[in-house]
Amino acid sequence: MIKTLLAHLKEYKSAAIKTPIYVSFEVIFDVLIPFLMSLLVDEGVNGHNMNKVWLYGGLMLLCAFLALWAGAKSGKYAAIASAGFAKNLREAEFKNIQNFAFLNIDEYSTGGLITRMMTDVTNVQNSFQMIIRACVRSPLMFLFSMGMVFYLSPSVGLIFLVIVALLIVVLFGIIFLVRPIFEKMFKKYDKLNEDIQENITGIRAVKSFVREDYEINRFDKASQDIYTINKKAEKLLVLNSPIMQFSMYSLTLGISWIGAKQIVAGNMEVGSLMSLFTYSSTVLMSLMMLSMVFVMVSMSIASAKRITEVITQVSYLESPKNGLKEIKNGEVQFDHVYFNYTENDDKNEFVLNDINLNIPSGSTLGILGATGSAKSSLVQLIPRLYDVTKGSVKVAGIDVREYDLKALRDKVGVVLQKNVLFSGTIIDNMRWGDPNATEEEIKEACQLAQASEFIERMPDKYNTYITQGGTNVSGGQRQRLCIARALLKKPKILILDDSTSAVDTKTDSLIRQAFLEKIPDTTRIIISQRVSSIQDADQILVLDNSKISAIGSHSELLKTNDIYRQTFEAQQKGEDNE
Amino acid sequence: MMGNNLNGLKRVMKETVKHYKLQSCIVLVLILISAIANVYGSVFLQTLIDDYITPLTLMSTPDYGPLLGAIGFLACIYGIGILSTYTWNRLMINISLGTLNDTRESLFKHMETLPIAYFDTHAHGDIMSVYTNDTDTLRQLISQSLPQMISSFSMMVFVLISMLILNAPLTMITIIMGIAMILVSRFITSRSGRYFREQQATLGEVNGFIEEMMEGSKVIKVFTHEEQSIEDFKKVNERLCKASTEANKFANILMPIVMNLGYVSYVLTAFVGAWFALHGMFGMTIGTIASFLLLNRQFTNPIGQISQQINAVIMAGAGASRIYAILDEPSETDQGVVTLVNVRKENGHWVECSENTGHWCWKHPRPNNEVELVELKGDVRFENVTFGYTKKKVILHDISLFAKPGQKIAFVGATGAGKTTITNLINRFYDIQKGSITYDGIDIKLIKKPDLRHSLGIVLQDTNLFSGTIMENIRFGKLDATDEECIAAAKLANADEFIRHLEHGYNTEISGSGESLSQGQRQLIAIARAAVANPPVLILDEATSSIDTRTERIVQEGMDKLMAGRTVFVIAHRLSTIQNSNAIMVLDQGHIIERGDHDDLIKEKGTYYQLYTGAFELD
Repeated sequence: MIKTLLAHLKEYKSAAIKTPIYVSFEVIFDVLIPFLMSLLVDEGVNGHNMNKVWLYGGLMLLCAFLALWAGAKSGKYAAIASAGFAKNLREAEFKNIQNFAFLNIDEYSTGGLITRMMTDVTNVQNSFQMIIRACVRSPLMFLFSMGMVFYLSPSVGLIFLVIVALLIVVLFGIIFLVRPIFEKMFKKYDKLNEDIQENITGIRAVKSFVREDYEINRFDKASQDIYTINKKAEKLLVLNSPIMQFSMYSLTLGISWIGAKQIVAGNMEVGSLMSLFTYSSTVLMSLMMLSMVFVMVSMSIASAKRITEVITQVSYLESPKNGLKEIKNGEVQFDHVYFNYTENDDKNEFVLNDINLNIPSGSTLGILGATGSAKSSLVQLIPRLYDVTKGSVKVAGIDVREYDLKALRDKVGVVLQKNVLFSGTIIDNMRWGDPNATEEEIKEACQLAQASEFIERMPDKYNTYITQGGTNVSGGQRQRLCIARALLKKPKILILDDSTSAVDTKTDSLIRQAFLEKIPDTTRIIISQRVSSIQDADQILVLDNSKISAIGSHSELLKTNDIYRQTFEAQQKGEDNE
Repeated sequence: MMGNNLNGLKRVMKETVKHYKLQSCIVLVLILISAIANVYGSVFLQTLIDDYITPLTLMSTPDYGPLLGAIGFLACIYGIGILSTYTWNRLMINISLGTLNDTRESLFKHMETLPIAYFDTHAHGDIMSVYTNDTDTLRQLISQSLPQMISSFSMMVFVLISMLILNAPLTMITIIMGIAMILVSRFITSRSGRYFREQQATLGEVNGFIEEMMEGSKVIKVFTHEEQSIEDFKKVNERLCKASTEANKFANILMPIVMNLGYVSYVLTAFVGAWFALHGMFGMTIGTIASFLLLNRQFTNPIGQISQQINAVIMAGAGASRIYAILDEPSETDQGVVTLVNVRKENGHWVECSENTGHWCWKHPRPNNEVELVELKGDVRFENVTFGYTKKKVILHDISLFAKPGQKIAFVGATGAGKTTITNLINRFYDIQKGSITYDGIDIKLIKKPDLRHSLGIVLQDTNLFSGTIMENIRFGKLDATDEECIAAAKLANADEFIRHLEHGYNTEISGSGESLSQGQRQLIAIARAAVANPPVLILDEATSSIDTRTERIVQEGMDKLMAGRTVFVIAHRLSTIQNSNAIMVLDQGHIIERGDHDDLIKEKGTYYQLYTGAFELD
């Protein structure tokens, strides 16, 4: 996992390497200062030598400024490396998601993907920065300081070792005990937030059923629960600072006692004693820092895992090598097609069961069926949005799996049931269909889809800005814009998946009329819940329970198919009253 | 903005201190004690060197007794310090977690009392973020930033006092360097603050871009638009990277600069101290230099800590003001006096009783201390009702209508015509500006809101189920309903069959607004929920609009059974569901433009006729 992620450092590798180098310089200079100070005291002050005071004072000042310079440099490179790393990770995720098949997309929720690209990447960015800085700084600081301590006085060094060992055991012991408690707490937190969210969105239900007090009670209990768990964790965590103080104070006392004895015995100078006090604080601080870094980095491991998952996710659908680029005509055939979304589903239960179908180029097919009868699944097999489980789907007589994916999808226009427009002008949206479309072509397509009439009424006409998701146009208008967008692709096969449900019947029939006149050579496949939208089709397919219930023309099906007739009659009622 | 944050901050402190008066005082005292103990240790170094070590080195047979005593004394002081540190940290848990819990609970409690208008006019994400982000920054403030700042600050004061006592001239170096450090860190934090805000803004932008692309990912595939969207993404991503680099650069260099300026201060102290000592100035001894160097570190370290905490404090201030903004929001008012009571018939008169009789009356207290009981029937009348969500824009103009008990009244019209507004008025989610609405002859303004709402059942387009089992969700309609009652309600709503087919039946957990269930199934549960409450008046707001024709039939059957014998207000997208209404109102821009039953309106050949025949687009 770490290897996969690090591979995305790329152009920021040098910054990532420079950071720890500068950090090392900073540490070395920082550690030298107390040592130089002991020399200044011993040789300068005690030796009554002003020149030495000047010399060591100057050296210390130089060290301090060099450390400042190196520290600032490391900070800069750390920022560049980590922000760049984050950028590359986000880009890698985004790129791979663009490579996803529909089946992959179905596996993730939009919210989940956003979290993986935003929060998770930010977590990893922060940890990475910490790793190349603090994770280098603290151990180095610790090692160098300990080295100096042993150099100055091995016996004091032994006390350091004892205290440090104790501190490590306690600090990491606390982390070990606290982590599971926090994990439990975070889960409860998520649950609590879910409850709040439900209460905010469902406030009408809460108030209508006068459930305020009940919800408050429920919330108080959950909140109290979190309070109790949180307190348990904090009670352990609170030991940190007294224990730090205990270590610090023990060292001070130990150094005072042993140091005094050694000085009196003539084995140590006063200056060394002074620098030992300073080193005791750097050693302990670096340990404290290390434990904090450890906690934060380990918390980001889950994020790193989630990112890796997205980056390494293999698309279920790949374009064949040297796939055919030319689609000769709009003929579509289904040959004993069986389909399931996942492979490990029950072997005998299929979403589509033994579908055989022949749609001649330039003809119209209407599809009718209840929700869940797999109408959408059926048509999505044609542009290879999903792959068949068994059997084959052919376009112009050739299995769709032999075409180059981009070439195939360019020639099969689909207006999805859940269709969206993107933020941008109407023209921007139309150019999704054809990036090089002229304004004339765009206007023509909009005319075909019966959209030009309302576009012309808007103050900015074709330059009207569509907000995200197309929320500033009505449902019927949105559907017509989506049809126009698909028309601009000049597809050989056009699929409308319940795409005129919000359009009134008159406009709906005008759209179909325009298709017939302007794009007679395009094969049209129309899914609709409205019989009137499909009754003029060359063939009508009735789907029921994953199977073809009947195929035929309107008049044939009225006679032979119950589902079709019932639906027709239910929808005709209004007009019969006349 | 700044003043606002400060006020929020002040209020948090005030509230916290008010609730935890004794504990806060103890904490403050203990922080001081622990700081004194810490500083005492550093000052002791001077005594150690000048009063013990130097004399000892001059002795031929050193007597370590007094030194041991002095170290023992220091150990005692340290012991007290450690104990104080532990105790104040421990007490702080009570205060910070307690405050956090109190804040969360009072926020939620208050939120539940807010009028619907509040939720309609505030983004739900923003309300949510008060619970998650803002309370969290508050926790940071109370448990970490504040105590650390108090502790750091008191350390600095004690250190300064000790320094002044030890050697005033040498103290000047520490003070001057301290000021320089504060200035530098203020400069850097203000710069980094600006870049962090920029980073936050670009984060929002990237977030929005990703959201749009993820929502539309299937459309991207269909139009083979992948490469273009990657190119677009690279652009926003690059901008985020730049902002993030700048922001982190400044944040990263803060600590090294402040820390190493601290070292500069340390070096200058050592140097000048040595110079003083060598020239015999100001009675400088080696012991004093040693103490001074430790004190110098103790003075400069807190500066770094405080400057790091300042950002957290500012953020917490902003969070606190957002929390108080909600808490200060006025609750829904209720001046109602009329309540709903169970009644029993005695000698042809209604008499109030405590047991559940299935009969209800409005209990209406009169000025002359008499109480009038009015039977709950479900007669709702609008008389010349005028209403607008804001004063400027009137939504409903002079609407009059009546629904006799058991009648079904339907509303039809385009989005924004005012259909949903009418239902908002009946249960007093909003109050009307002119005219009157009566329920069984009583002005609904006189009825207590909970009682009024108990008498109304509602099924909305957004089903809003709550996490919990299906049984619990049905029981939502009536808290004391038995399992049998809930199942009976489910049967009535045609929900029983599908629930039984679920693996865990009525104990199936519904999570995250019921994603595991289909739209139709959720709708059936919502109907059962309304059924178990058994109200005399029902409001159905586009309850079947997102269900396909076949499933709709099952849901419709459930609804029809639920509607039997009740007064019903129904708003429908599909006209097939309202044909059998007693009256259909066609609304257009707040006016009733057509009214009558289905046959009347078809004969009229007006808007309804056009809608019905599909010649007109409804949206």
